[in-house]
Amino acid sequence: MAITNIKNLKEFSTVNERFEGAHLLCPGCAHSMIVRELMNATDDNLVIATNTGCLEVSTAVYPYTSWDTSWIHIGFENAATAVAGAEAMYKARKRKGTLKDPDAPVKFVAFGGDGSTYDIGFQWLSGAVERGHDFTYICLDNENYANTGGQRSSATPTGAHTSTAQAGRVSYGKKQKKKDLVAIMAAHGAPYVAQLSPNKWKSMAKGFQKALETEGPCFINTVSACTTEWKFDPKDTIHITDLATDSLMFPIYEIINGTELNILYRPKNIIPVEEYLAAQGRYKHLFKPENRHIIEQIQKEVDEKWEYLQRREEARV
Amino acid sequence: MSRGVLATEKRGVRELGAEEFVGWDEVQQGVVLPSFNSELKENVSHIRPEERDYSDFNSYTATVASWRVIKPVYNRDICIDCQNCWVWCPDTSIISRDKQMLGIDYDHCKGCGVCVEVCPTNPKSLLMFAEAEEIDEALAKWPEKKKKENK
Repeated sequence: MAITNIKNLKEFSTVNERFEGAHLLCPGCAHSMIVRELMNATDDNLVIATNTGCLEVSTAVYPYTSWDTSWIHIGFENAATAVAGAEAMYKARKRKGTLKDPDAPVKFVAFGGDGSTYDIGFQWLSGAVERGHDFTYICLDNENYANTGGQRSSATPTGAHTSTAQAGRVSYGKKQKKKDLVAIMAAHGAPYVAQLSPNKWKSMAKGFQKALETEGPCFINTVSACTTEWKFDPKDTIHITDLATDSLMFPIYEIINGTELNILYRPKNIIPVEEYLAAQGRYKHLFKPENRHIIEQIQKEVDEKWEYLQRREEARV
Repeated sequence: MSRGVLATEKRGVRELGAEEFVGWDEVQQGVVLPSFNSELKENVSHIRPEERDYSDFNSYTATVASWRVIKPVYNRDICIDCQNCWVWCPDTSIISRDKQMLGIDYDHCKGCGVCVEVCPTNPKSLLMFAEAEEIDEALAKWPEKKKKENK
């Protein structure tokens, strides 16, 4: 069972890595930070499937692989299905007594980007969660299709400039709201659902350990700052993520059994979303006088969401 | 510092380049790439990277050093082993053993500079220098401790 000691960073750093370097993700990409934090949090045998996206195409460039675990390269939408199939097979073989080592702990994990989780693979994910397979699905949410040139996805927030929701004279970028996938997954009745962030490595590792220990389908949404499409300097990945969690654009919380909501990080000083927006090139146009009202609208929505989360935490519903 | 950990024989022998890849028609369907040469009795979370039998398919045996134009240089004298750089390195390029930071894996580092940004010491124990700069020269240029600015 997940025995990695995560009490402090020094203890955490004694683990033996199972995600290798020389993958082809951009310098400063948060995807690999998240994958490392998660995989280092456990020493169980892992069976991993990855949806098409930056992570998949960059960590398995034929003839190379960066994974030291069982890992399957699969289509855009079906990591959840593939891993659910592997889990069903594992259970059946365990029952029939045909496993080589039936006592070894095996955990089933699926990774997907926001494009494959919020949009293309949503039906597959929903189905696997509804069937109640014992697996953990991790969404690396960088709010666009970064692998194919930064098109908008349903995870792209209001006002962001993307290659298919461009900002200019007529438009201020994406006009629609971001889909609240964490709430949707909690509404499936999944036993453990969380939104976590790589800058808070402890809550990230703990949340993943909790998801692995929980029997049944678990879902974790993680914030993955994208240096290429959010347009910031690669060295600032953690700084941008700090701004995201401290401005409450990405609140960190978990929902247990669809009802018990716990807020895992309360910023000491809540900063205005304007600071978070100003640090990224994709929001540059919002600072023109004619678009100022969008910033106010974003701030209002963030405040309302935070109020809602706090109330739900208190009410336990 | 243990040199054996920082420079294994296996690592850094090949550059990822187009000439190494096979054409579309030659790629087998349903191909399996073994990460290790020998069959494992248990998963590798109990085996240190320098003791693993990596196969040629493992990206550990490849290098992305040519991506870099600037590189991080590590100053052991100032480091407090907080491991911030280790946890946030996106390229598994900070080598830490037994709670100690040993150095940078220049075969896998892409020079993003995240490690320098998250370093909490004063002056920083990691700084970015030009790729061509010699490590000794870089260490000789290390800045002095910065005094707190009066606000």
